[in-house]
Amino acid sequence: MTIAVTLCALVLSTLLGVVWALMRTSGKRWLEWPAMIFTNTIRGIPILVQLFYIYFVLPELGVDLNAFQAGVIGLGIAYSAYMGEVFRAGILAVDAGSIEAAESLGMPRARVLSRVVLPQAVRIVLPPYGNNLIMLLKDSSQASVITVAELSTQARLIASSTFKNQEVWTMAALLYLCLSIPLILLVAWLEKRFGQR
Amino acid sequence: MIEIDRLEKSFGTNRVLDGISLTVRQGQVVCIIGPSGSGKSTLLRCVNGLESYEGGEVRVSGRRVDRRSPEIRTIRREVTMVFQRFNLFAHRTALENVTEGPIYAAGESRASAEAHARELLAQVGLTGKESAYPSQLSGGQQQRVAIARALAMRPKAVLFDEPTSALDPELVGEVLTVMRDLARQGMTMAVVTHEMGFAREVADHVVFMDRGRVVEEGRPAELLTAPREPRTQDFLRRVLRPLE
Ligand SMILES: Nc1ncnc2c1ncn2[C@@H]1O[C@H](COP(=O)(O)OP(=O)(O)O)[C@@H](O)[C@H]1O
Ligand SMILES: [Mg+2]
Repeated sequence: MTIAVTLCALVLSTLLGVVWALMRTSGKRWLEWPAMIFTNTIRGIPILVQLFYIYFVLPELGVDLNAFQAGVIGLGIAYSAYMGEVFRAGILAVDAGSIEAAESLGMPRARVLSRVVLPQAVRIVLPPYGNNLIMLLKDSSQASVITVAELSTQARLIASSTFKNQEVWTMAALLYLCLSIPLILLVAWLEKRFGQR
Repeated sequence: MIEIDRLEKSFGTNRVLDGISLTVRQGQVVCIIGPSGSGKSTLLRCVNGLESYEGGEVRVSGRRVDRRSPEIRTIRREVTMVFQRFNLFAHRTALENVTEGPIYAAGESRASAEAHARELLAQVGLTGKESAYPSQLSGGQQQRVAIARALAMRPKAVLFDEPTSALDPELVGEVLTVMRDLARQGMTMAVVTHEMGFAREVADHVVFMDRGRVVEEGRPAELLTAPREPRTQDFLRRVLRPLE
């Protein structure tokens, strides 16, 4: 469950994050402002509060989500703000000269973006992106507060039914580590593979 | 080919181009010289549509250059640019740097773009470096890739903005050689440069610019050896004998 929530939230936050970043670097005020206000608001509210909001407030407005959907949407939106900031920094760090060179050859804007800006931004962004990914994995435990059956919840259930707090929580921590370590290694590998040049 | 007519451009209150006029005819090599900050780069950037301008007009083959019009992309393909700092695509190989424009700006097929790119890399003396990344090349080699990239669009003219100013002295010659060959083949070129030897030998016409205006222009033999204007004399004295 943790893995499923993390993966789905990762996809959602990455896609949305790209949208925020493109809006904020578009040079057009009517795109920049909404994205800026949105991302800064989201970053200013604790993830737990956002999750509670989605799980308890939205139903009152007629939007009914199960715990899994709420977890994915809540984490996905929250992390899209962090991802957006990382991507924005990456786009701004791309060598302006190479962008001008592409323009000077008569490349259409969309091509400049897809062929020159984004590929270079990806290399710059990889380390902080990986960092966000690991935090996202850990934060998926917060989705459990709204009862997604996931590691900590199951640990609490087991702990309260067996009273072996120490063993069970140690076990849970180790399981999270087991999930994080492959991710950390994956990020390191990606950086090595794409980060140079 | 390129007509610049009373062009005016300001950055805020700083008037960088002050009604400058200049013509580059087909097959001509025009060298533009002048002190730093006189507006030479801005002038070339206006021709390529990288800068907008407020007054006057730039025309390429009779069409007005307007960086907001959809036609600008066609004009840019006809008049390409070589930058002082090369501005290569760091994430692409030498060959890819050259094919990028033909494929993604001109819609050429990959096969024909690559064949052409190999020819061009050979022409600038970089056979064997096709799969090298810019960071693996010397400054002179990088600038030659940039020249091949500009030529890959089959342009009618190429703009050079101080193409050797960022190079170590021993690498200047290889770039100037490529440019000289290009001029001999009849390419139309506008070259901002401090290389007076190159201007004297290759240019058909030399323009001395200061504070956004043309101060003096003429044939290289005349302007470089017997300038009439005191500002030109002063500038040339400083460029040719910097230690005096
Ligand atoms: N993007 C810009 N914003 C503000 N001022 C600029 C910009 N580009 C150039 N300038 C100013 O315009 C003047 C001319 O610059 P430039 O065309 O680069 O001169 P040159 O190439 O002859 O050295 C300089 O005073 C420079 O500071
Ligand atoms: Mg300059």
